[in-house]
Amino acid sequence: MARVIVDVMLKPEILDPQGQAIARALPRLGFSGVSGVRQGKRFELELDGPADEAALSDVRKMAETLLANTVIEDFDIRVEG
Amino acid sequence: MSAARVGVVTFPGTLDDQDAARAVRLAGAEAVPLWHAEHDLRGVDAVFLPGGFSYGDYLRCGAISRFAPLMDELIPAARAGLPVLGTCNGFQILCEAHLLPGALTRNEGLHYVCRDQRIRVENARTAWTADFAEGQEIVLPIKHGEGRYVADAATVAELEGEGRVVFRYAGGNPNGSLNDIAGIANEAGNVVGLMPHPEHAVEDLTGAPGVDGRGFFTSILKRLVNA
Repeated sequence: MARVIVDVMLKPEILDPQGQAIARALPRLGFSGVSGVRQGKRFELELDGPADEAALSDVRKMAETLLANTVIEDFDIRVEG
Repeated sequence: MSAARVGVVTFPGTLDDQDAARAVRLAGAEAVPLWHAEHDLRGVDAVFLPGGFSYGDYLRCGAISRFAPLMDELIPAARAGLPVLGTCNGFQILCEAHLLPGALTRNEGLHYVCRDQRIRVENARTAWTADFAEGQEIVLPIKHGEGRYVADAATVAELEGEGRVVFRYAGGNPNGSLNDIAGIANEAGNVVGLMPHPEHAVEDLTGAPGVDGRGFFTSILKRLVNA
């Protein structure tokens, strides 16, 4: 049993209007010192077995195929220890 | 001669399939309902992927629909030359399916935009635009929250260079789309996607801005009849 985390973020060159809206809201709430916000998605995958090389290779395929649209998004995979 | 048969796809959450089928019938073709869960294109001559919120736009617009059983049939057929038009969510599905390059992302201003929009026809050589004139301006309804077209610089240059930007917003960009792009075509010109809604602009009765949408349906009919 293992938990694998996939983080999906818009590529840096893709405009993120949601992140910008959050960044603009922060000062109104009294928070200062944040120069930028990017919003992404986090997926938590519960595996039946261990997070071995084969399982992680499958997760990579899942991320490329469905979880992220690699035209506009990057993803990052890690095993939660 | 039997009428041309245009398939209209319904996914869970599709909204515009009835209008699309009606537009197809008004143009004199037979509208053939296609169900997302079937591996069957029912021998249609062309396919219309209508708008809506298939699968509730979960994950990304069109990301789940792209893997529907029907798409297993539609994707190779489109690559082999079957004329396919996707509007709004249909355009998003065509991009997710990689039948068209790039992606549609959240509108620049974050607002859902619902208005009558001027659009310039930039390419009147595709299967779906032959009845328009190049440079002609038409008015169609738009209604979307995620219509900002993006692609990398090389892809946009290729689209522009090959005349594959089929429609451009005129009189103001409603969503921040790169180069005011409203719709594009694949290399062969048989697959076209756009955010505006031709199927909502085919009858004066409905209060639409006009009947400029009819040209899409008369274009494809002429193509099919002359094929």
